[in-house]
Amino acid sequence: MKHALYYKTKKFLVNILIHIFLISVAITCLYPLLWMISSSLKTQDMIFKDISLIPHQFRLENYVLAWKEGGFGRNFFNSILYTVSVVFGIVIISSMAAYAFSRLKFFGSKFLFIIFMAAMMIPIPGSFVALYVLLNKLHLRNTPIGYILCMINVGLSTSIFLLKTFFDKMPKELEDAARIDGCSKVGIWWHVALPLAKPVLAVVIVFNALAVWNEYILALIIFDNRSFMPLQVALQAFQGEFVTNYPLLMAGLTITALPIILVYLFMQKYIIKGVTQGAIVG
Amino acid sequence: MQINKLERKSGVKIRENIENYIFVLPAVTIFSIFYIIPFVWVFQLGLYEWDGISFTKVFVGLDNFREIFFQDANWWHAMWNAGYITLIALTLQNILAFMLAWACDREIKMKNWYRVIFFIPPVLSEVVVGMAWRFIINDIDGANIINRGLISMGLGQFAHNWLSDPNTALTTVAVVHCWKGFGWGFLIFLAGLQTIPRELYEAARVDGASAWQSFKNITIPLMIPVMVLVAILTVLGTMQVFVLIVSLVGGEFAGHTSVPVLRILASMRGSSRFGYACAQGITFGLVLIIISFIQYRFHKKGQ
Amino acid sequence: MLLRSLFLGVFVLFSVFGCSAQQTDSKPTISIWHWMTDRDPAFQELAKKYETLTGVKVNFELYAPSDAYSQKIRAAGQGTNLPDIFGILGEKRDFASFIKAGHILDLTPYMEADNNSWKNIFFPKALAVNEFAPQNSYGINPGIYGAPIDIMTIQMVYNKKMLSQLGLNPNRPPQTLQEFLDIGPKLQAAGMQGLVSGWGEVWMIDCLANNYAFNIMGKDKVLATIRGEVPYTDPDWIQVFAIFKQMKEAGVLAQGVVTMINKSAEQLFANEKAAFAFNGSWCVNVYKGMNPGLEYGAMLPPKASDKYPMAVWGGAGSSFMVNARSKNKEEAVKFLVWLTSQDQQAYLAASTNNLPANKSSLSKIPEVLAQFARSMDNATHPNVWGVSEFSLVIEAFDRGVQSIIIGEKTPEQVADEVQKIKERELAKRKAQ
Repeated sequence: MKHALYYKTKKFLVNILIHIFLISVAITCLYPLLWMISSSLKTQDMIFKDISLIPHQFRLENYVLAWKEGGFGRNFFNSILYTVSVVFGIVIISSMAAYAFSRLKFFGSKFLFIIFMAAMMIPIPGSFVALYVLLNKLHLRNTPIGYILCMINVGLSTSIFLLKTFFDKMPKELEDAARIDGCSKVGIWWHVALPLAKPVLAVVIVFNALAVWNEYILALIIFDNRSFMPLQVALQAFQGEFVTNYPLLMAGLTITALPIILVYLFMQKYIIKGVTQGAIVG
Repeated sequence: MQINKLERKSGVKIRENIENYIFVLPAVTIFSIFYIIPFVWVFQLGLYEWDGISFTKVFVGLDNFREIFFQDANWWHAMWNAGYITLIALTLQNILAFMLAWACDREIKMKNWYRVIFFIPPVLSEVVVGMAWRFIINDIDGANIINRGLISMGLGQFAHNWLSDPNTALTTVAVVHCWKGFGWGFLIFLAGLQTIPRELYEAARVDGASAWQSFKNITIPLMIPVMVLVAILTVLGTMQVFVLIVSLVGGEFAGHTSVPVLRILASMRGSSRFGYACAQGITFGLVLIIISFIQYRFHKKGQ
Repeated sequence: MLLRSLFLGVFVLFSVFGCSAQQTDSKPTISIWHWMTDRDPAFQELAKKYETLTGVKVNFELYAPSDAYSQKIRAAGQGTNLPDIFGILGEKRDFASFIKAGHILDLTPYMEADNNSWKNIFFPKALAVNEFAPQNSYGINPGIYGAPIDIMTIQMVYNKKMLSQLGLNPNRPPQTLQEFLDIGPKLQAAGMQGLVSGWGEVWMIDCLANNYAFNIMGKDKVLATIRGEVPYTDPDWIQVFAIFKQMKEAGVLAQGVVTMINKSAEQLFANEKAAFAFNGSWCVNVYKGMNPGLEYGAMLPPKASDKYPMAVWGGAGSSFMVNARSKNKEEAVKFLVWLTSQDQQAYLAASTNNLPANKSSLSKIPEVLAQFARSMDNATHPNVWGVSEFSLVIEAFDRGVQSIIIGEKTPEQVADEVQKIKERELAKRKAQ
């Protein structure tokens, strides 16, 4: 019989090792972020000479300059508009489709699902030109809604894939109970399936939010009107043709990274919530 | 009587089908317009020689594909490189993500902090990641932190020109890519781990199972579908890497860090061979489909 | 209820932003798309000035980086939505394709009007890049199709302070290849880095290799090689390849030069971590921003042979073309004439330390920039040769040089490989 102390020590050591592991990975994750922030506080000529993480002077003006020169007001709003619309659209459309593929029978469902999966795997080079021509024909080029629809399509396959995998794992009892209670299919989807899928919905939201937030090339090609451009396009202005204004670029990138981190912070609570849901189901 | 029953049954079936169809209708509509149509356009472009500008194209049939399969050694070298990076991602990145997710699933302090910190790499732009890591790794245009660290730990013989040595460049890029990507796997694994009911672990503990046994018999089997999901997404995402390569090693480094997307871009822009680029894209897609299919089959068989 | 209001809200937003703004003006507005981030403020100033002068509104739109700009131009070309004035980045054959597709206005009549009054203000080399000569291989009617707005050359620069530290005369940079190679051991001994350049971006390798090719075998033989009359396995070409091997072995190239993008190379030279750089005249502005106190000078690449003069690539830096389908053609041309006139060129040159395309605007430029300007006489550019090499051959060539520098292939091997691909491409063309 092993001594209780042995178990206690073992648990303690294991915990320490785990913490060391977590902390070392965390440090490597933080370093580039700190580098980016510290670079944003330097001046152009100091940025590569001064290699310390803590700059000699804190040029907070860089952020103000980046905001003004980067057109952050209008473009920031645009990025938020596009991200919210696209994510909202994808959540509704892909969860409906994924639920149908997982739980509902209809003619050709397997075939359609395979097509969606295949689409996930075949990147289309030069799809920008194709989309440009297509949107032009639909008279949707240079309109926000055209861009939003394109971006919804971009995230559709992967989101459907993610959601279907989780719907497949979902225990059927709750749905059966709801059906017996007289719930319509839409009702089951809205009241049963979606709440249970909160963790993976959170993943879908974060994944698509990041994709739309960071997208710039489609926006640049489709929009001719400056006032429709998202943030990333405005940021490119700092990556000069010859002169890259590194401090402003880093300030701009830092500002850009913040909203997504906020989205993530907000969403990750739902991943925890999934635990309580799981307990109710069990 | 019987005829009426049958009629009602098939009538109901049709109505059910239509009802169920409505669920997928928005997705299918958007998909058909914004994916299928461009796809068809690109697909048939693979049969042409076109520079992307002129209004005339030259039909060359399967010549582009013939060239890819039999003459374009650079393409397959790029595929091989991408496959190498993907292999490292499947192992290093996903094992790391899983271990971290498992560690954060337990009741430990600062768990919330870790969850945020681990997601920082995916959020950072690839340009910043490339610049920051170049700074960490490189000697003359960086702070040479890694080598200095190795030397101070007495492991000086391992110090190396990680990014400028053709032999280690690809592996170094792969490692940085893993660093950037593990946050996603971490997130998905964590979500998956959270959906395993705690009661199962409780029951196992009451039955006297050790930590390792409950891990092996509860966690792993229940996480297999998630692992397959992550594996498929990893392959798809990693095979398409390219921005990181440009920001870390400036380009294809005499072929050592060639990847398929860079080759497609080179055909499109450098050589102005749009049709050939489309053919390359289709070939790429076919390879990815085959790999994913094999992965999926593997999972099915395992069940 | 919440869902419904959300839907309503999104719908309202869509309808508000779904309409694109329409402008109705009595005076025409000229739309210009450009990629020159560094010049955007100057352009905006000039646009305002022009509007006060003539009442014509000029709209400069910046789309950066240049890759994305290229794609946008090509996409717009597909949909015939090109702006009134734009630029074409890329090779001559792309330029030719655009002309054939009817996108580009032939400026020759405007240039030659009034006894060549517009044409004569330019440096001839600046115009040459925008010109198609009689009997060119692209099948384009001879003429001038674009207006240059600046010129540049690509040469070497050297750090004066570091040269003195090595015991060399800071005002007399190496003139011959041998002198340059001799500096190698000195660099090693002092622990300094040698030449930096963006050789991860293969076109810069192509540039220097081509410069040496002109030096060793002369322009005619190089063009003959492109036409397929001389093989790449010719001893002169092997000598060109060998130069890179020699530079590597002498230790005169910076470590990791093949993995650098040009911006990293610029940063290294500006921070005095490298003694030499191979870069274009735009670097003056870049270095000034990163290290205003940098003491450096420009030099021609050290010549390998005395038979032919050393060449550098140079000519028009950036040029603008007029959309042939534009409704404001005449106004657009008028604007370009104004933009390339003396005062405007001087203003542009001063604002970003570039060389003006207008001969009479060269008044006050920094000494280093003047050194770049002096080599315009030696300048040439692929876009003026009238023939283009196959892109697959260029790719193999550049990759081959990269392999030589990292020591993986010999000059002879590379020459063989390049020649093989050349022959394959020639055969393909004959079959068509």
